[in-house]
Amino acid sequence: MVEAAGHIPRHISVQAAPFDLAVEVGRLTAGRTDIGAVVTFTGLCRDEAGQLSALELEHYPGMAEDELTRVVAQAEQRWPLQAVGVIHRYGLIKPGEVIVLVVTASAHRVAAFEAASFLMDYLKTRAPFWKKEHLADGTSGGWVEAKAHDDLAAERWSAAQAPVKI
Amino acid sequence: MVKLVYFAWVRERMGMAEEMVELPASVLTIADLALWLAGRDEGAALAFANPEVVRAAIDKQHVSPQTPVQGAREIAFFPPMTGG
Repeated sequence: MVEAAGHIPRHISVQAAPFDLAVEVGRLTAGRTDIGAVVTFTGLCRDEAGQLSALELEHYPGMAEDELTRVVAQAEQRWPLQAVGVIHRYGLIKPGEVIVLVVTASAHRVAAFEAASFLMDYLKTRAPFWKKEHLADGTSGGWVEAKAHDDLAAERWSAAQAPVKI
Repeated sequence: MVKLVYFAWVRERMGMAEEMVELPASVLTIADLALWLAGRDEGAALAFANPEVVRAAIDKQHVSPQTPVQGAREIAFFPPMTGG
């Protein structure tokens, strides 16, 4: 369901099932004639050169949805968006499968590009999800460690100037 | 009584996903709670071996170690997040 929170359509979902990119974009843009730009980011599971058999995504039910909603609300305040979608999967995800989707729609491309980038940077460091590796040899590769460059990527938005209105 | 919930390697080291506890009067903040939990057993000591690494949430909102725990219904401890 697309919920109109405030005044722009929003779709936020934490789900085990895969998603279809065209369906998710259509959900936000169908019947609209005011949108000039749609940016999508899809995160997929890599096999790490054949070493990985799957990623197990653990999440904090309730807080995951709440935190994604808070991050989306921040993006809506900073950029003139016309629709936003964020989907994050949990459970066992195999190489080649999708993990995360961000969709941003705006009148012009800059806001859509920047908001999509902001959403990914922020959700990586704030949304309560954790990845555990399952290796091709049948053993567990342990929990994926948080990366310092992800924190830096999120921090650059704090230092950024006033919202872009172009 | 307050509900404590654990995720990822914090959950594995604690040996449980959640528990109900009665907090001692000496536990005022998240940092106090982490220290108190670490003193309970070996698994907990391992989970909080580097307390500055473990993140916390009160009632599903991120909080700092200095945040008071009074009035909390659910307190979560977990490693830095690795979603996306």
